[in-house]
Amino acid sequence: MTDHTVKAFDEDITRLRGLISEMGGLAEAATHAALDALVRGDEELADQIVAGDKKIDALEMEVDKLAVRIIALRAPLADDLREVIAALKIAGVVERIGDYSKNIAKRVGKIEGRDRFEPLTLLPAMGEVAGEMVHDVLTAYAARDADLAREVISTDAKVDAFYNSIFRNLVSHMVENPATISSAAHLLFVARNLERIGDHATNVAEMVHYAATGTYPPEEDR
Amino acid sequence: MTLIHEKIQRDKTAKMIARDVSVYYGSKKAIDEVSIDISPDYVTAFIGPSGCGKSTFLRCFNRMNDTIPVAKVEGLIELEGEDIHGNAMDVVQLRARVGMVFQKPNPFPKTIYENIAYGPRIHGLGEKKADLDVIVERSLTRAGLWDEVKDRLEDSGTALSGGQQQRLCIARAIAVDPEVILMDEPASALDPIATAKIEELIDELSGRYAIVIVTHSMQQAARVSQRTAFFHLGKMVEYGPTSDIFTNPIEQRTQDYITGRYG
Repeated sequence: MTDHTVKAFDEDITRLRGLISEMGGLAEAATHAALDALVRGDEELADQIVAGDKKIDALEMEVDKLAVRIIALRAPLADDLREVIAALKIAGVVERIGDYSKNIAKRVGKIEGRDRFEPLTLLPAMGEVAGEMVHDVLTAYAARDADLAREVISTDAKVDAFYNSIFRNLVSHMVENPATISSAAHLLFVARNLERIGDHATNVAEMVHYAATGTYPPEEDR
Repeated sequence: MTLIHEKIQRDKTAKMIARDVSVYYGSKKAIDEVSIDISPDYVTAFIGPSGCGKSTFLRCFNRMNDTIPVAKVEGLIELEGEDIHGNAMDVVQLRARVGMVFQKPNPFPKTIYENIAYGPRIHGLGEKKADLDVIVERSLTRAGLWDEVKDRLEDSGTALSGGQQQRLCIARAIAVDPEVILMDEPASALDPIATAKIEELIDELSGRYAIVIVTHSMQQAARVSQRTAFFHLGKMVEYGPTSDIFTNPIEQRTQDYITGRYG
């Protein structure tokens, strides 16, 4: 892509991409760390994740400010305009992904009898896929890569399959042993949060596709 | 070859049509086989870098290029189905029907009243003072200038501010009841408030007149037009609905130009 005649415009866009990618990196790391803390029952790590979410929130505000500044000062058009608008929306979604990880971390201390639950081995695998989606979709954003965005969209089915399987598993735990209901319910929310992260990554992928091409991905992808 | 967006239909109500129009300055081809329709239903903006030929093309619609000895125009241009280069076409009449507003306001060094009344008088549109009074008031009202000048119609047109002078020139163009108004960067010498008034005026006049505007300001094209044509090196590269041209242009050259990557 050719540079803008006004160099400062390119610097602004580069900075915007940098902020989004930093947010995404933090959100992805928080998801992995939250599951790690959950599996090991590491409450200290969980507290760090909750505290670390503030950094993601602060970055979102920075993206908002920069995007508004670019619109006011540079009057972006065409692909530039689509990218800036996408960045605004993506920042909001990534902030939400950070919240889901924080929510998972908050549940770490509430799980009892962790060796009893098979989902505790499934959740990290599910988190791996969801985290990968977040990672890939932000790579697609930075590279304006519509094909990678479509791949992310198609990956969401895997996350949904994990969710359904974990859901059935936890329900059967609750039916068989009502004493596990409290812990199982917490794990159900964890699975639910991961499933939402996958959905949000899918939404971001649609925005990336639009920013890159000016069209939304074909219906069969979604 | 122009990339024409799918949403653009050749409409039968077009006021003017240009087909395969080329313009030469001596041996240099300044416009290369451009075709377009213009209509009162929408404002058309011509955009493109300096020297791309957009003003040259604009000037074809009322044969202003006739005044340049080395200029030669080829192709067909019709006004209401009539060939403007045909023998039956009176060029003075043509320029009354296809009015023009220039970059720098150029009122006659006469009174405000005379600036407006001159055209209708020589075209025989109003012989009695009472008729001319009506035309002067109506034209100034449509140009959004009446309230500002109604008490000083005998002042010189050149005593007005730049923005007022430009609206006076628009009033002068519409006084002879044209069908088309060509505007060549009508606001580029004006401050933002005066510019906003001109843009508002363009919006109000659209529907009654077919308006074509050449502008260097992308934002202005986006604000005032419904259709945009992008010119580059004498070719009309892309033509489509303004909202699509500015959010989702198809041609790389259009994209590069409007996003400030050109050159």
